[in-house]
Formats: sequence, structure tokens, C-alpha cells
Amino acid sequence: MSATASGAARQSAPSPGRRDQRGGLQAAQRLRTRNALLLILPTIVLLAVVIGYPIVSAIVTAFQKDAGLDPATGFFVQGGFAGFQNFAHWLFQQCPDGSGGTTSCPPGNLGAQFWTATFTTFLFTVTTVVLETVIGFWMALIMNRAFAGRGLVRTAILVPWAIPTAVTAKLWFFIFAVSGIVNSLFHSSILWTSSDWPARSAIIIIDVWKTTPFMALLILAGLQLIPGEVYEAARVDGASTWKTFWTITVPLVRPALLVAILFRILDALRMYDLPAIFGGGNATATWSVLVVQQIRQGPNSASALSTIVFLFIFLIAFVFVRFLGANVVQTTQAQQKGELK
Amino acid sequence: MSTVAERSRRASGIRTWIQAAVIVVWCLLPFYWMVVTSLRDVGYTFDTTPWPTHVTLDNYVTALSTSLGNHLGRALLNSLIIGASVTVIALLVGTFAAYALARIEFRFKGIVLGVIMGASMFPGVALLTPLFQLFTNIGWMGTYQALIIPEISFVLPLTVYTLTSFLREMPWDLEEAARIDGCTSGQAFRKVILPLAAPAVFTTAILAFIASWNEFLISSQFSSDATQPVTVAIASFTGSLPHQEPYTAIMAAGTIVTVPLVILVLIFQRRIVAGLTAGGVKG
Repeated sequence: MSATASGAARQSAPSPGRRDQRGGLQAAQRLRTRNALLLILPTIVLLAVVIGYPIVSAIVTAFQKDAGLDPATGFFVQGGFAGFQNFAHWLFQQCPDGSGGTTSCPPGNLGAQFWTATFTTFLFTVTTVVLETVIGFWMALIMNRAFAGRGLVRTAILVPWAIPTAVTAKLWFFIFAVSGIVNSLFHSSILWTSSDWPARSAIIIIDVWKTTPFMALLILAGLQLIPGEVYEAARVDGASTWKTFWTITVPLVRPALLVAILFRILDALRMYDLPAIFGGGNATATWSVLVVQQIRQGPNSASALSTIVFLFIFLIAFVFVRFLGANVVQTTQAQQKGELK
Repeated sequence: MSTVAERSRRASGIRTWIQAAVIVVWCLLPFYWMVVTSLRDVGYTFDTTPWPTHVTLDNYVTALSTSLGNHLGRALLNSLIIGASVTVIALLVGTFAAYALARIEFRFKGIVLGVIMGASMFPGVALLTPLFQLFTNIGWMGTYQALIIPEISFVLPLTVYTLTSFLREMPWDLEEAARIDGCTSGQAFRKVILPLAAPAVFTTAILAFIASWNEFLISSQFSSDATQPVTVAIASFTGSLPHQEPYTAIMAAGTIVTVPLVILVLIFQRRIVAGLTAGGVKG
């Protein structure tokens, strides 16, 4: 394989003499593309197996009925084609009524939780991403300054990132325990891990603690691409710090910032570990938690839910890229060219 | 005039320093609290003294003992096996792709990059249901491969992306120079490029391993008692009394699981930061 690799490498730098020969260049281009695709093929095949197959399979089974007791009638159903029944189950809380039609689901059905889970997922996404962007920006600005101990800050900032989320959840579960340190410090007795809004706020705080460093590093990478001369010029022109920030820093860091925000949004939308381990019951159940709860009750219905979630996330990413112009590939490529000092 | 400027510069230096201190404390305090609690006698679990009191190593003994049905030692081994397998597979396959993406200008490059980027942001739950059914049908539930294969879905894109950005910055002219000096292309690759690329591959391996080590969603659904990794073991850690969390033992277990990662971070801080910002890795 290494022979192919070097062969491809040689093709990538055509000698100047060959540049005039159009046909030769095109042939070289074709060969280069072929070699490159050969090298990429194993990755694409593997991704098709581990991601492509499950997506297709999920979409197919989402249109199948789950075998088992009908939630509405108590009759045993064998499965078979379900049409959009599974989707209606989640989106409109409709359950099959046994005679081919649908009726409202009985209370206690997981379907009833879909819109609550949607609300929770969006709440977590919006609050954590906003807080992480603001705090991350501040951290990045500090780390971008030259001062003794900058290395220490960079190392410290990686610690929350490195701790596994499962450990983070357990650690903060202890911090937020009824007789834990938070309640002790504030002389309160809030049930952080079991009441609705305290549990939600706790999860937001934990996620902000864990993920802001990542955001800060991405923004820092963007900040370091801004040449120092630009700031120098602004200072010579007498611009205030505030004005410099809004007219130079923010616009210049915008591409990197948008990509970082997109990454974080997509990541927050699939949040699972924290609510699943920290607790909080239905109030903190995100889409992912709901899918996991459903799998053992009826996998086909779970497939429908995960397909809905996938489409939602895809749509949000699409809107973000389309309307805010977050060009992920281009920006990260540019970012990769600039080195972190 | 100059003293005023100097004073204002010193004031801003102090402000920077205070803010930096706030960041450091905020990031480290919860971790510090975990370590302090892990060293505390179980009778003083909720002691609020900011430094270790009633110091004991009992919690570490409890965390590692199997008498309460916890198998942290085995879970550590499992995480090691799974993490190493995922990392090796992802690197074996991903290196070729990264080489092509970093080194060769070809059509469809943007599309390939976009696909790989999209794959890394793919929601894990969407894989869960179909794979759950598939693995149940073929009797793979609770096996190592049922944990390793799905993890490739997010570790491989991460590997390709991070490695591509590292390789792009390599001095490829040296390869050309080596060939002019009489090396065959194979020799040039082996003797010049490989040693230069080794740190990049190594950093990527660390990031891939950490991603696998921290995985919870897939492991919590597809692992059995025998194959469960550390994240699942910690999440389901049980104490001697029902409905009473063995906090100090969990903090000890958490410390055991986290300390290797923190050491990795301390040693390779600079490279990890470079890798993180290049690949946009999930935390």
C-alpha cells in the first residue's frame, strides 16, 4: 500500500515541463483522483457499514409495526407494514386502535413525552451553547494574551474536557447531592437531582463546565489567525478596546466562531450521558434518552423516533450552514493552515 | 507620561492574571473536590473542609473490590481492550484517507471532507436501534465486537480529520529531496516521512483513545457485565446499602479512571490542543 501512496504523491507534483501538455495533465489529474479515491475507499466503506447501514435499516423498520401487545387495545399484534403510524405516534401521540385506525395514546405512553423531550433538548441546546459561546469567548481572549502562566491555563482548561462524561455526571451528582457542597455553601436544601427545574439547571451548569473549554480552544484558534498588525493599526487610529473588539475581533473570528457553534449545537442536540446518569427523570429526558427508553419497548417505534431526531438535526445543521454561512469544510481547512502558537 | 502608560499596563496585567486565575480555579475545583472526597473517610462524606481530612485509602480499596458486585478492575481492562482496538482499526484505515486528503489535490475532495465531517457529527442514537436489533439477532450482544464496531462510527471520522490537518503541515519537500538524493520512493516514505509523521499519528491515537474511553451511550446498551467499560461501571456503581450512593467510593473510582487521562493531558497538552482545534473533536 505504501507504494501506491508514494505513487500518488509523485503525481501530485507535476514537473513544470509537463504543465504545457494539456492531455498529459488531464491524465495525471485522473490518475491522481483515482489513487486518492483508492486510499479513501477503506474509510468510506467502513463508514458505510457502521453508519450507512444503520440509517437505512432504521428508516425501513420505522415503517414496520412492533410485534407485541397493542398499547391501546391490549391485543397482540404481529407486526407488518405500519405506514406513518410510528411517526404519528411520536409527533401527534396517536396509537393504533386495533381496527386499523388510530386514536389518542393512553396516558403514561412514551409517545406523550416526545414534545417534552423536544422542549428539553432545545432548552439544553440553546442555553448551553449561548453560555459556552460567551464564556468560551472570554476564556479565549484571556488565553490569547501573553502572560506568565498561560501554559497552566491551557492545561487546566483541558481537565474538564478529559474527564469522561460518566465520571463528570457522578462527580456533580455528589456536588449537587442534598447534603452536598452546593447546598452547604448556599445553606439551601434544593433537590438538584430530582426536582424538574433544579435538575435542568444543574445539567446546564455541568455541561457548561465540561464543554466551555472546547469552545474556548476553537475560538482561540480563530483569534490566533488574526494578524497582530490589524490590532496595531486600530490602536494607532485610537480605537477603544470595546470598538476594537466589535469591529475587528468579532468579524474576523466569525467564521471560526460559527463552525464552533455549529459543532456545539449538533453535539448538544444528541446529549445523552449527562441526563441519563445525573438523573432528573422526565424533566431532563432528551431525545436520545427517549430513544434508549423506547428501544426495549418497541424497536420499530424507536427507529421512527431516531429517524425523526436525525431529520431534525439534519434540518438544523442545514439551516445553520445555509443561512448563517458557516462553511465548515472551508473554515476548518483555513484554520488548519494557521498554527497554534 | 511613560509612568502612566506603565502603570496602566501593569494594571491590565493584574486584571489578566486575576481572570486567568478564575478560569483555572473554575476548571480544576470540581476535579479537586473529587480527589479530596475520595481520600475522606466514608463517615465524613459531606465534610466541607476544603482540604483532605480524615485521610484514608479505604475508598480506593472499596472501589476496586469485587465483593459488592462492582468490577472496576475488569472494566478498566475492558476499556483498554476496546479503546486500543478502536484506535488501531481507525488509524490503520484512516491514515490512508488522511494521506490522500492532505497530500493529493483531486476532484470530490470537498465532498469527501464534508461526508467525513458529517459522519463525525452524526447522532449516536440513530445507530442504536438498528444495531440493537442486528446484534440481538446474530447473538453479538455483550461481546467486544458489538462495542468496538459502533465506536468506529465516530472515532474514524475524528481520526481522519485530525490526521489530515496534521499531515497537511508536514514538510513534504523533504520526501522529494530524499528521492533526489537516491532514495527509492518506498525508502523516502519509510526513512523521512514516517519518522516525521510519527508525532502526528501518536497525537491522533491519543485523541481517538480518549474518545473511545469516554464513550457511554453505546456501551451502556450493548455491553454485558463481563465486557462493560469503565464509564458504564462507574454509572452503575453500587454500594453496600440499597438507595444509598457510596459517594466516597465512586469518587475514588472516578479518580482512578480520570487520572491516567489527566496525566496524558499534562504531558501532551500542546499537541492535544493542536489536534482538538484541527479536528473539532467532541468532548
